[in-house]
Amino acid sequence: MMRAALAPRFRARLPQMTQAERPLSPHLQVYKPQLTSVLSIGHRATGLALSVGTIFLVWWLAAAAAGGDAFATARWFFGSWLGLLLLFGWSFSFFFHLCNGIRHLCWDAGYGFDLRTTYATGWTVVAASGVLTVLSFVAGLLMRGQ
Amino acid sequence: MGRRELRSPLGRAIGLGSAKEGVQHWWAQRVSAMALVLLGLWFVAALIAHAGADHAAVVHWLHAPVTAVLMVLLLAVVFYHAALGMQVVIEDYVHSEWLKLFSLLVMRLISFVLAAAGIFAVLRIAFGG
Repeated sequence: MMRAALAPRFRARLPQMTQAERPLSPHLQVYKPQLTSVLSIGHRATGLALSVGTIFLVWWLAAAAAGGDAFATARWFFGSWLGLLLLFGWSFSFFFHLCNGIRHLCWDAGYGFDLRTTYATGWTVVAASGVLTVLSFVAGLLMRGQ
Repeated sequence: MGRRELRSPLGRAIGLGSAKEGVQHWWAQRVSAMALVLLGLWFVAALIAHAGADHAAVVHWLHAPVTAVLMVLLLAVVFYHAALGMQVVIEDYVHSEWLKLFSLLVMRLISFVLAAAGIFAVLRIAFGG
């Protein structure tokens, strides 16, 4: 706190100013969720979900290397309702992180910063990740059925 | 570089900002992301093609040189990118200095162990009989 920079009359009032229940920005309890902020936190959440998913990827690969019995266990797990639910979550996380990641790379290159474009690309990310998740999951279930 | 350069010539030469480090993390995250666009799409397409596949089919797939090389690349870049991302999350949300350092070390250790285990599994299948 730049206390010394304040005029004396303000310095005297400082303790009660700092003790006041001031909302800090962005104060999530009073902050209205917007597409931009939801997608931003969604990018982190899906990134973390995919990071956790890598544990299961390594398990799957290690099981394949270990032999038929170990792989049968992994195969059973990923075919169970819990396994399929996790795979669905990781599929959505992958496509969302992919689409929104490309959106981020465009921003990094200096494109798409105005509000209209930001919202248009944001909704495109939501739609594209939803459609790609459903398509890939249906394709996977069809392959499994063969 | 625009006409109006805000950084001093010395600052530009050293290449360090107020964070006392350069832009390596930022670049590494972007470049690994671009590699993962291709590797990730290949991997998901391959998983869909092998949905419900038995042990013999998965081993046959991983035994192929192209698959093994792409899988090793995927694992290396995935864990690199994940570690860079988790580092930012830890630095943003863990405020206690020793807990932050501890979390970063544990996160990196787990990432390295998982990457090594995954790559070893792929190589074992690729070189195995």
